[in-house]
Amino acid sequence: MKQVYRRPHSLKKAPFHYCPGCGHSIAHRVIAEVIDEMNLQDKVIGIPPPGCSVFAYHYFDVDMVESAHGRGAAVATGIKRAFPQAIVFTYQGDGDLAAIGTAETIHAANRGERITAIFINNAVYGMTGGQMAPTTLLSQKTTTTPYGRSAQLEGYPLKISEMLALVKGTVYIERTAVSSPANIMKTKKAVRKAFQTQIDDLGFSLVEILSPCPVNWKMAPLEAWQWIEKEMTKEFPLGVIKDVTGK
Amino acid sequence: MPRILLSGNSAIGEGAIRAGCQCYFGYPITPQNELTEYMATHLSRRKGCSFIQAESELSAINMVYGASVAGVRVMTSSSSPGISLKQEGISYLAACQLPAVIVNMSRGGPGLGSISATQSDYFQSTRGGGHGDYRTIVLAPSSVQELADLTHRAFDLADRYLIPVIILGDSMLGQMMEPVEFHHEVPRRLPVRDQALRGAHGRASRFVKTFTSKPTELEEINWSLFRRYRLIEKKETTCESSLVDDAELVVVAFGIAARIAKGAIRKARSNGLKVGLLRPVTLWPFPSEQVKKTAARTKHFLVFEMNMGQMVEDVKLALDGAGEVGFYGRPGGVIPTPSEVFRVVSREYYQRGLSIER
Amino acid sequence: MLVKMIFAGFGGQGVLSMGLNLAQAAMLEGKHVTYLPAYGAEMRGGTANCTVAISDEEIASPVASAPEFIVAMNQPSQVGFQHHLQSGGLLFVNSSLVEAKIVRGDIELVEVPASRIAEEMGNPRCANMVMLGAFTKKTNLVCFATLITGLESTLQSKKKLLEVNKEALKTGYDFCGAEP
Repeated sequence: MKQVYRRPHSLKKAPFHYCPGCGHSIAHRVIAEVIDEMNLQDKVIGIPPPGCSVFAYHYFDVDMVESAHGRGAAVATGIKRAFPQAIVFTYQGDGDLAAIGTAETIHAANRGERITAIFINNAVYGMTGGQMAPTTLLSQKTTTTPYGRSAQLEGYPLKISEMLALVKGTVYIERTAVSSPANIMKTKKAVRKAFQTQIDDLGFSLVEILSPCPVNWKMAPLEAWQWIEKEMTKEFPLGVIKDVTGK
Repeated sequence: MPRILLSGNSAIGEGAIRAGCQCYFGYPITPQNELTEYMATHLSRRKGCSFIQAESELSAINMVYGASVAGVRVMTSSSSPGISLKQEGISYLAACQLPAVIVNMSRGGPGLGSISATQSDYFQSTRGGGHGDYRTIVLAPSSVQELADLTHRAFDLADRYLIPVIILGDSMLGQMMEPVEFHHEVPRRLPVRDQALRGAHGRASRFVKTFTSKPTELEEINWSLFRRYRLIEKKETTCESSLVDDAELVVVAFGIAARIAKGAIRKARSNGLKVGLLRPVTLWPFPSEQVKKTAARTKHFLVFEMNMGQMVEDVKLALDGAGEVGFYGRPGGVIPTPSEVFRVVSREYYQRGLSIER
Repeated sequence: MLVKMIFAGFGGQGVLSMGLNLAQAAMLEGKHVTYLPAYGAEMRGGTANCTVAISDEEIASPVASAPEFIVAMNQPSQVGFQHHLQSGGLLFVNSSLVEAKIVRGDIELVEVPASRIAEEMGNPRCANMVMLGAFTKKTNLVCFATLITGLESTLQSKKKLLEVNKEALKTGYDFCGAEP
């Protein structure tokens, strides 16, 4: 019998603890498949953040080290500088990468650190219960914007990927989503390209993944997928934001 | 190797390189910039080594965390306000049992304070400093030579006990130059620790983490940390004592204050006052046993610090009522002179009615 | 024996290297020595000073609250440091730039026109070494030969600068000797 679907080697035999409809499980699987296909399981060091994905090391069957909130890019820098042969990726949420860790992210990018950031944008702080994130959309309701995010009081959704594209040390930045089979395939392609950028020693790479959080969005999983495609992509358009890899 | 004239900051840098330090991450702050600059000059282009001037102290300490996870000898340095920022990372290093050397060329506080020498970071250094129940080893040198020697020891201790080690100096130690001699050559092969994360090649994958959702698991982690701390207390506590054997009054002081106290004690001795000195070299673990033993001979202690009284609490805890403890402190970055301390010592000596050698 | 001294002047006059060269020579002679530069905002502000302590035994404090010797290369240093000097101490002034005004009766003044001598030698930047030469002769803290040895090791890659500095040291040394 022909096998058409199986667990990637880079994922442990452990059931995900994520909520029904959560995008993390898909993103994890996509990354694990790429690691398998590129034969990197022995070389990868992953850095999960505090947040829903803090237990990522229970799922990924690669070396992993938990980072303090927002410091993923700094920890990745330390690892890569100490051991340049490693393929280092951070796995960070929007609060982690684009709020508390903005400085670490921008400066690691500017130094052109040979690391890859997987940036999960779900427009809320998930683990802490759905507070406003830097990427929360205008008029989106969260537990700390109960009347909807107002530009006057809370500012605008932060487009960190576009900002990072202006930084010279970044080489490849793409925004994708895990909101449909087609987008999931595009996400996989982007992750592969980001890792390849690092292997080729070209500079900093980042894949921003728009990811559903049905529980905190108070939506059904399917509705959450649709909200990404209809609402989130208006503010955060999908596609390659920067590619100077020459490939 | 001949003696050379070197500033304290440079001596740490050279000592670190000779100890096999492979990575240094720092952020500018007075009065330790010469150390960062030394590493930029002497480490950054060395094969297999890395130097980064980070965007913040937070970043620097988290780079240290990353490099330590990858198994190399790594150091960062800062001064008091910057060390406060580094506390986050130090807590994580302690939790993950990762070795690192952190230099604090401390300055006056609170706040931005002053850049003059003080000892006001004693509590922060010896009580862990960040959140959570942990300790770091704290070494308190009092000369440039000792800075060089203790830097080497700091790396060894960090690796042996898998613990962050703080070198607590001050702006004066960092700035002043003294003759110094290095006893080690740069190692040919830089050390890499077992258990480092370097990709799961040829073994099962591993992870390093601090978070757990089970209180009982965290309790066991805390217990295991403190079992190791007990071992460190037993094996590594270091204290210099001088002229204590016949002393009627014992001065307890560390770092630069101990130097000044020594000058005062020389004067006291030449005036027939039997005064001795205990100088804790490890502030944590604190040499409680040695202090206690001294109390079997004399009950009279005087603690001298360049702060409002921090180590004096450890002396009192160690004595547990077995001695009479006086205190003299100058905070704010004022550097007392040996003559000033001599006046305090002799006043204390006479007031307690201790015997004078004629 | 413990002796402390302060070298002070404008930034750029080389007061730090005066102290450093002396400290180096003292080290070469096997003495205990500390060198403490004034630091921080004052370092950028135009005035500079450093403190050197030389002793036969361990030095307790590198700070000098009552130094035996003070070298004032400019006017503000003379004014600022004069009252710190120990009773019976020596005040060296760069008499080409400093109008020596002694307000104390218990100290000795040594006037060395260091800037003028250096200019006459064609190397106005060497006033510090002229002064250090004179200082060495007068105080006898270290041997002149050791001072030269120290200088040779610090400036070994800069032969021309070394010669100029050596000459300045010698001229300053002889200047003090020529005095009655």
